[in-house]
Amino acid sequence: MEAAAAAAAAAAAAAAAGGGCGSGPPPLLLSEGEQQCYSELFARCAGAAGGGPGSGPPEAARVAPGTATAAAGPVADLFRASQLPAETLHQITELCGAKRVGYFGPTQFYIALKLIAAAQSGLPVRIESIKCELPLPRFMMSKNDGEIRFGNPAELHGTKVQIPYLTTEKNSFKRMDDEDKQQETQSPTMSPLASPPSSPPHYQRVPLSHGYSKLRSSAEQMHPAPYEARQPLVQPEGSSSGGPGTKPLRHQASLIRSFSVERELQDNSSYPDEPWRITEEQREYYVNQFRSLQPDPSSFISGSVAKNFFTKSKLSIPELSYIWELSDADCDGALTLPEFCAAFHLIVARKNGYPLPEGLPPTLQPEYLQAAFPKPKWDCQLFDSYSESLPANQQPRDLNRMETSVKDMADLPVPNQDVTSDDKQALKSTINEALPKDVSEDPATPKDSNSLKARPRSRSYSSTSIEEAMKRGEDPPTPPPRPQKTHSRASSLDLNKVFQPSVPATKSGLLPPPPALPPRPCPSQSEQVSEAELLPQLSRAPSQAAESSPAKKDVLYSQPPSKPIRRKFRPENQATENQEPSTAASGPASAATMKPHPTVQKQSSKQKKAIQTAIRKNKEANAVLARLNSELQQQLKEVHQERIALENQLEQLRPVTVL
Amino acid sequence: MAVCIAVIAKENYPLYIRSTPTENELKFHYMVHTSLDVVDEKISAMGKALVDQRELYLGLLYPTEDYKVYGYVTNSKVKFVMVVDSSNTALRDNEIRSMFRKLHNSYTDVMCNPFYNPGDRIQAFDNMVTSMMIQVC
Repeated sequence: MEAAAAAAAAAAAAAAAGGGCGSGPPPLLLSEGEQQCYSELFARCAGAAGGGPGSGPPEAARVAPGTATAAAGPVADLFRASQLPAETLHQITELCGAKRVGYFGPTQFYIALKLIAAAQSGLPVRIESIKCELPLPRFMMSKNDGEIRFGNPAELHGTKVQIPYLTTEKNSFKRMDDEDKQQETQSPTMSPLASPPSSPPHYQRVPLSHGYSKLRSSAEQMHPAPYEARQPLVQPEGSSSGGPGTKPLRHQASLIRSFSVERELQDNSSYPDEPWRITEEQREYYVNQFRSLQPDPSSFISGSVAKNFFTKSKLSIPELSYIWELSDADCDGALTLPEFCAAFHLIVARKNGYPLPEGLPPTLQPEYLQAAFPKPKWDCQLFDSYSESLPANQQPRDLNRMETSVKDMADLPVPNQDVTSDDKQALKSTINEALPKDVSEDPATPKDSNSLKARPRSRSYSSTSIEEAMKRGEDPPTPPPRPQKTHSRASSLDLNKVFQPSVPATKSGLLPPPPALPPRPCPSQSEQVSEAELLPQLSRAPSQAAESSPAKKDVLYSQPPSKPIRRKFRPENQATENQEPSTAASGPASAATMKPHPTVQKQSSKQKKAIQTAIRKNKEANAVLARLNSELQQQLKEVHQERIALENQLEQLRPVTVL
Repeated sequence: MAVCIAVIAKENYPLYIRSTPTENELKFHYMVHTSLDVVDEKISAMGKALVDQRELYLGLLYPTEDYKVYGYVTNSKVKFVMVVDSSNTALRDNEIRSMFRKLHNSYTDVMCNPFYNPGDRIQAFDNMVTSMMIQVC
């Protein structure tokens, strides 16, 4: 019975297709069988959209019963059922004109079907392809009108939206293969059924994906095409399905991107849950944070200390409570180092919008963490991060410095600034967005620190260090660096290095100064050479505290100029690093030292000035703080006296009231 | 099996109460509430000198037609009350004790969480309690 109506519709539609597209795609010539099949499909899509028994999606309701448009949902479903890759479908959608007009009218639909047939026959997706005789397009789908939207239930996961969609896959977070990506593209059809997720996670996820895409755009080779294909595919559907559809669709795109990037990040995993795998840089960062709370890495952090620390992350208390439950495996109210790393990582992930898992993922179990990351070895980890993007290489330097400057007041602002001005992976970057709301007292100073001179930086540091010291207990932990387009992180790195001389004097016994940091790989230099140079360097550096620190200063001080200049300096860095340890220690192993000494001397004099100014600033800060302290003591005395006076009064009054 | 489990704070307000939703939950709430009197009786009956020796497990507080109510007090006067179906005759005292012990352990775990403020409602019990409720059903 549907055939009769379909035939009538087919006649009308064919006429419309034949006659009505002046500016649209070229007129279609459909054979008899094609006409029937297409009209049937169109009627199904339109029928499912308009006349579905209450199970239609919201955008279907928007389709007025009189118009003959197929809703994007069933159409998209249908297209996916054709089992063509997403890019092809995207091309088809564009070509048939649906994207342009914003809906799938009969014309567009038929053209699209013809293109699908062409693609399935192996022809390129072009307007010309549809001119020739083609077999009917094949669709793998169930034949129920009402359920056409749901397609293959095994693939589409019910009424859940993106976040729960991901959790319905095997583990909470599945490796994104291409098949998965295809499945992901199917899920947007489900999204209109469920309410879109709350907006804050959406917005959080978008920066994540943007950060990732920005950072990884140069690095990733495999994913740009699918991403672009997916996003435009998402958009025409979004435009045609309207509001409820778009948000989750964008979610989807961003999530897809983020997860694929995550997979790229952690390709060596044997576990399916990449977001829960702690990378080297993250690990070091967490360890440093742990050390800032508790100097002994083998003991644990008490509950109250950890509470204060994690509260700074601005997550809600129930969430923090849940994270604690997950991470405190032995439920002793204290966090050992692996537990702390797990908790921190969960917080980071939550900040980035990943929902919290039901149970502790295997990669975050304390045993796993302890086995995977024994006592941090700076050398190896620095090299591990060698091949990562630029920011990643900076991270070890930051962490090295943060390690030594833990308790020092003046250094408190330093990590903040480091971090805020550093280029890092997006995972950490979003922490920046959340955590350093407390670093609000430094809004100007990160900008200052981004300047390339050492002096303005030290000035800014001293001005903030007072506030830092005052709010010492409440400052957020140094957030992971945030990705910024400007590679100004070097400046703050330098400042850290500049500050360092004041530190080792006070706590020489605490930790050895960090080893000389490897310069970033420069395309002009062979990486093997630099690695080879660094290896002996780094092994010697820990043993030579005094010599390596000037070397490091050289390395880092040359960082402040912008990136191209940094590259130029790199050979000099390497040269200086090579020269100084080599002169101090036994003969150098490297042969690629290039630059001569004059640059070294210039740098060292600059550094001396910077150090002196920094020392001066620190002294000023100390003086201010001492004054503040005395004032507060004074106030405390006064308050005490008031209290005593009040108590006396109370005593006097009391006999009266008793009577 | 246990049809209702409740954790009552020292000041006798509920920190956590959960019952199998087969029946009118209000009835269970009421039973737990009335059982508090019995708990207080039992605690005070020990005498203040015996606080150290007071056993934590209070045993059967009172039986009703369909249900039996068992009680357990911690040293910080936090009470656990469990309502058990009378038709479940296979349930022995030891099992009840072990259930209370598990409850107590989970409660201490919740306490250990620094983000938990004593006196708040407890959110973390559900998994364990569900397992208890379904265990022998």
